[in-house]
Amino acid sequence: MKESFGSRLFNSANILLLALIGIVTVFPLYYVFVVSFTQPHEYLQKSGFVLFPQSWTLASYEYLLNTSAFKNAMLVSIFLATVGTGLSLFFTAAMAFGVSRKRLRGRKIIMMMVLLSILFNPGIIPNYLVVRDLGLINSIWSLIIPVLISGWNIILMKSFFDSIPVELEEAAMIDGSNDMGTFFRIVIPLSAPALAAFGLFYAVGYWNTFFNAVLFINDYTKVPLQIVLRNMLIDSEMSTGGAAAAEMISDKQIPSQTLKMAAVVIATFPILIVYPFLQKHFAKGVMLGSVKG
Amino acid sequence: MNVRTSVLQSSATAVKKSKSRTLLSDVRRDKYLYMLVIPGVLFFIIFKYIPMWGIIIAFQEYSPYLGVLKSEWVGLDHFIRFFSNPDFTLLFRNTMMISLLNLLFFFPLPIILSLLLNELNNQGFKRVIQSIVYLPHFLSWVIIVGISFLLLSESSGIINKMMMSVGLPKYDFLTNTDTFWGLLVLQNIWKESGWGTIIILAAITAVDPQLYEAAKIDGAGRWGQMWNVTLPAIRSVIIVLLILRLGHIMDVGFEQVFLMNNGAVAKYADVFETYVYRNGIQSGQFSYSTAVGLFKSLVGLILVVMANRFAKRIGEDGVY
Repeated sequence: MKESFGSRLFNSANILLLALIGIVTVFPLYYVFVVSFTQPHEYLQKSGFVLFPQSWTLASYEYLLNTSAFKNAMLVSIFLATVGTGLSLFFTAAMAFGVSRKRLRGRKIIMMMVLLSILFNPGIIPNYLVVRDLGLINSIWSLIIPVLISGWNIILMKSFFDSIPVELEEAAMIDGSNDMGTFFRIVIPLSAPALAAFGLFYAVGYWNTFFNAVLFINDYTKVPLQIVLRNMLIDSEMSTGGAAAAEMISDKQIPSQTLKMAAVVIATFPILIVYPFLQKHFAKGVMLGSVKG
Repeated sequence: MNVRTSVLQSSATAVKKSKSRTLLSDVRRDKYLYMLVIPGVLFFIIFKYIPMWGIIIAFQEYSPYLGVLKSEWVGLDHFIRFFSNPDFTLLFRNTMMISLLNLLFFFPLPIILSLLLNELNNQGFKRVIQSIVYLPHFLSWVIIVGISFLLLSESSGIINKMMMSVGLPKYDFLTNTDTFWGLLVLQNIWKESGWGTIIILAAITAVDPQLYEAAKIDGAGRWGQMWNVTLPAIRSVIIVLLILRLGHIMDVGFEQVFLMNNGAVAKYADVFETYVYRNGIQSGQFSYSTAVGLFKSLVGLILVVMANRFAKRIGEDGVY
């Protein structure tokens, strides 16, 4: 059947519209990316109108990566994204596996407890007081331990573990495995794709840690990248910037704008790296939520 | 039922142990299972349930030296103070306006975007566009607000430079109260519209292809199929999303508003949580701020429970 003229017109208009939406989405990122690699003199000469730079330079990146405050913050964020993700994933999977086994006494009460904690959040101050009373203020662990397990992920992962056939487990039991062995040698390898999806969501969460650092970290040597970014990009714009941020962008050799853009690119880079892997899994990760356990 | 359980249970019934004895032996038998669960349970108790208990300082004049139990009880004083404060009306207005503007302008976009994506025949192009529009969801609010500032700044932003080059006057987007809420909604649209399509596209894939064939035979064009087949098919998903959105009407993006707030727009940017942060963490009024936070959480809880019940009543799944 030949496509009608109206249908072809519809297709063209649709492609055009979606291409436009794609461009509008990408443009801010593209502009930031391009300016961050632009020669300082070219940027000043064109007063920021750089869409296709004549030559590329790493000057802004070299400068940032030689700034101790920035380097420090990157190390903190890398620590959070690796160690934090590992711990979160382990404890989430362990708890979800436990409550997915029908032998566990009190599993209904535990699941009720998890659900209730999702529905009702006591608010910033009571949470803050608990972290303070535990002596975690100004410790990097304050950015990991209070967010170690997400209630949603427990519910999703439990429904995933529910679907693992009991026969596999029984076979392992007969071969002399205990629950610990079954968990590590059978359940974890079987759930690799699901763990990848949850791990990547946790990792993005840790990499983007911002507000808890505002609450719990006052020591500038322990802040994660997002705090340094805030001070560079937002506070300096509103001219109330912290001293460290002002120092960081006071260098006259490189325009502060290109430095800011380089900082954005560095902070976005890890996400762009994991994105292709993430993409395969996240639709499934999201859809897990709509599957009733 | 696994092997060990059945063996143990048959012996248990034979001896007729008391209930507590069975519990103890169950725990002993499944000790590794309990070891896996205990850290998680402790986490929920310490970081989710102790804070719930901490709420009682909203009814006290909390003093860090006296602690939660010995601080002086003041009943509902903090709540009365908050409700009679003109700040309350302001916070309520800002929260509602930001939420409602998001509902009006942001909410329909993932649906429209999904419908457009679904009409693409070229799968390669579809995947490219999807990859692009999903991406901003993973960027932090710091980055998104930061990029907005780089683009929109009055002195150095490229948008203002473009406007000037075509003879338009400069416009200070960032400190202008007229456009502040609009800017929040735009950021939200840029960040989350693409991500929102995942669930709707999944619903669209479930539509029976025969329905399209039938519609074609009845003479429906592309618009007709979209309007009469696709849209009715995903109606229930849209309704559930809408109801749940209404349940979360007290939740405006806290980090976003916190980061976008500046002296010039404060009267339009202050919401319950930024107010709690300022009065609690920064000024140390723990009890008063806990009361404000509790008010917000309670209203939120009631709205979510009602929304979920309503979703179930109209024959949908709800979220729990």
